[in-house]
Amino acid sequence: MRVRLCWTKQGRIRFCGHRDSARIWERAVRRADLPVSYTQGYTPRAKIAFGLALAVGQESVAEYLDVDLRLSQEEAAGLAADLPERLSAVLPEGMAVSGARPLKPGAASLQEAVTSCTWEFALGPADRGLASDWVGRVQSAESLPLERERKGRRTVSDVRTAVGGLRLADSRSGSVLVAELGTKPRAVRPAEFLRLTVPPLAAGRIRRLHQWIMRDGERYEPLAPPAGVLAPTGGAPAAAGCRAVPAAQPEVCAE
Amino acid sequence: MDSLWPALEPLLDEVQRPARYIGGEEGACPAPHGPGKVAWLLCYPDSYEVGLPNQGLQILYEILNERPDAVAERAYAPWGDLEALLRREGLPLFSVDTHRAAGDFDVLAFNLSSELVYTNVLNLIDLAGAPVRAADRAEGDLLVAAGGHCAFNPEPLADFVDFFVLGDGEEAVGEITEALAAHRAGGRREVLGALGALDGVYVPAAYEVSFAGASMTVAPRWPEAPETVHKRTISSLGDWPYPKRQLVPLTEVVHDRLNVEVFRGCTRGCRFCQAGMITRPVRERPGAQVRTMIEEGLRRTGYDEVALTSLSTADFSGIEQLVADVVGPADGAGGAGCPAVTVSLPSLRVDAFTVGLAAELQRARRTGLTFAPEAGSWRLRQVVNKLISSEDLEAAVEAAYSQGWRRVKLYFLVGLPTETDEDVLGIAGLARRCVELGRRHVRGASVTVSVGGFVPKPQTPFQWFGQNTVAELRRKLALLAEDLRGDRSVKLRWHDPEATLVEGLASRGDRRLGAVIEDVWRRGGTFQEWSEHFDCDLWLDAMARRGLSVEDYAYRHRSEAETLPWDHLSAGLHKDFLWQDWQDALAASGLEDCRWTPCYDCGACTGYGIEHVVASASPPAGGSQGTGHAPPVPVRLGAGRELAGVS
Ligand code: SF4
Repeated sequence: MRVRLCWTKQGRIRFCGHRDSARIWERAVRRADLPVSYTQGYTPRAKIAFGLALAVGQESVAEYLDVDLRLSQEEAAGLAADLPERLSAVLPEGMAVSGARPLKPGAASLQEAVTSCTWEFALGPADRGLASDWVGRVQSAESLPLERERKGRRTVSDVRTAVGGLRLADSRSGSVLVAELGTKPRAVRPAEFLRLTVPPLAAGRIRRLHQWIMRDGERYEPLAPPAGVLAPTGGAPAAAGCRAVPAAQPEVCAE
Repeated sequence: MDSLWPALEPLLDEVQRPARYIGGEEGACPAPHGPGKVAWLLCYPDSYEVGLPNQGLQILYEILNERPDAVAERAYAPWGDLEALLRREGLPLFSVDTHRAAGDFDVLAFNLSSELVYTNVLNLIDLAGAPVRAADRAEGDLLVAAGGHCAFNPEPLADFVDFFVLGDGEEAVGEITEALAAHRAGGRREVLGALGALDGVYVPAAYEVSFAGASMTVAPRWPEAPETVHKRTISSLGDWPYPKRQLVPLTEVVHDRLNVEVFRGCTRGCRFCQAGMITRPVRERPGAQVRTMIEEGLRRTGYDEVALTSLSTADFSGIEQLVADVVGPADGAGGAGCPAVTVSLPSLRVDAFTVGLAAELQRARRTGLTFAPEAGSWRLRQVVNKLISSEDLEAAVEAAYSQGWRRVKLYFLVGLPTETDEDVLGIAGLARRCVELGRRHVRGASVTVSVGGFVPKPQTPFQWFGQNTVAELRRKLALLAEDLRGDRSVKLRWHDPEATLVEGLASRGDRRLGAVIEDVWRRGGTFQEWSEHFDCDLWLDAMARRGLSVEDYAYRHRSEAETLPWDHLSAGLHKDFLWQDWQDALAASGLEDCRWTPCYDCGACTGYGIEHVVASASPPAGGSQGTGHAPPVPVRLGAGRELAGVS
């Protein structure tokens, strides 16, 4: 039975990369003594599928992963409610599980399903005016060409439709810019976003606030979708959804 | 006493692999600082990835933090990118535990496991904000300490380090802490005097070293300094079940697994092996304690691999059963359906490696198997006293292939005493023979041959031997490469002969070499263990500038009468025992393992009133157990007694 977890990565642990996080998770599921499924072969590995990678240095309150457990659907549903506490206890400081729910068999993987992410960019106290100009230029641009390199070849694509939801808000130490960046066909990375117009916007800490799945015209988060993706839990416990972090709530966004 | 974190954090966005500077490892346990406490900063003078797993530092870290009068934190050499930023911002070396400045500690203590880190030691003292030369340090400056294997010839670093600890540190760090607390009000000279009076502590400033041409004399300058400093040896490993909370790093490091030390010391008597000589006698950890440490360690850390560490783990009493127990029940699965725990034995003697052990190991994930025949011919193996016969090696390798391994690594040294081209080519012959054996069992059987250049080490029978020149090592390696050319199932790797030379200079260097190390450091020669940073010319130029000859330090054979730079420091081994063993080596005469045969009074036990702690009175099953093979070889038992054909 596959269970989807929502987890956070904040503070110093943000300096650990994707591979480091994967190793931390492999040890955590063993320490928590979860009945995880393993791959066959010479080097068996825990079956854990990670979603979109988070770059070194970035924080997130909306990371997801899918883990396969050797449990029936019913058992998995029972276990899911305990998972946030049980796993958070064995994760290092800065990493915690905020929600868990069993997935319906055959549900699309995170990599396939997620269509956009909401990001928050910390700005210095003095940068508000500059940022507001920058946002204005991005919003009024008819096209947003992004030059990228892939397998040694330079490509330019217009990512205008992949950039939206720009919003400036106050935070304790200055202000923050929030933006929703598409991941299909190819994700617009936060660093790429910041250089979409010249001069690029200088930002401090970057944090992922949400991941979104757009399906049949409806947008939902990977742990709080409409019927059809998650397995029925028989009265979803309150802990089932990812602890909501409203995008416009600046006090959780900056230190 | 503030954390530097707010100043460091923005820098970490600009450097490679910033996770190595954040601390926060599972198991990190720094005690709170407080007035009256002695604060140690334990430093591994290389990158975090290499240094974090060091068990010696982890053991001392725990022992010190358990004491009410001490606190210990850890530091590693910042990589070049961060170092540049630190220097630009005027920030010092810091601890990864609480990101305190090095200057907030009383002692900066280094683990020295290789000579090539010496320039990093200087760099780190400087980055810590202390004068690099001990003589220039004033009251209030850090005390710089060092321990580890290289401390058995500390002279090249004598100008930079305030005190060295020889041998096991478990007990010594407590005594040093107490002496520091008791004497620090009296000032630096009083503190160092008190430290120098402790067993196992060497204070270089307390000794006058003078040179007259080729001869050297050493004499204590301070009344409290002993003529000879003897190493420390803990009598029972069972009394020290450390680390109890092995650190689990948040980012990838070398040897990223649970490590459990199953015994310390080795009396196989390999004559090139400094570790074996200086850590005698053998002290096994009780089997029950080993099992508990493995069980609790795996549960606590979440690792799925455990390494049973020692200098020769297949010699551990009851090793086969131990591995079987750790790997788990015979259905190949560990508890709760998890895959079996992987057991790795980092150092394997081929004469104690059996089919049974191979079978147990292969039930879990296969890690690489490395055997170290060291020399390509039986004659040369007698010279170095690695008494494994070709039959032993073949049996071990065949055991491995028959249990499904496809690749076996063989480790050899070149540049050994009395070595001929025939011995060197013997390496190729052995490798080919192993592949042949492997093909009987698996398709695509292959062998990786790793060749290191031999560096004679202090406190070993080979301390008198003049090492091979760079040109000679290159010639031998070329010979080997030529012989193996076109053989696709044997892969050859070798250590850079120039690095072998520099290791050799520092390994048996005296105090005059300090100026060379300082010179290399001042010219930017740090991280010399890393091939991309190693620069032989820096060393050769510095030697020339200081008027020192490479020939003299590295290539010259020493005479029996000569005072060696480490003669006033004792690893317990009598010098006449070492000389006799050197003579036996030249006569290609082997010496048996005293763990299972009568003592020949090398001095390591007899001098200190301790003895072997070995659960089994007989050698483990399999192989010829260091006795070689027919035809009978003369084996020396006891001082100078020769017995032929002991088996
Ligand atoms: S003193 Fe004797 S028993 Fe002890 S290590 Fe030396 S030879 Fe072996």
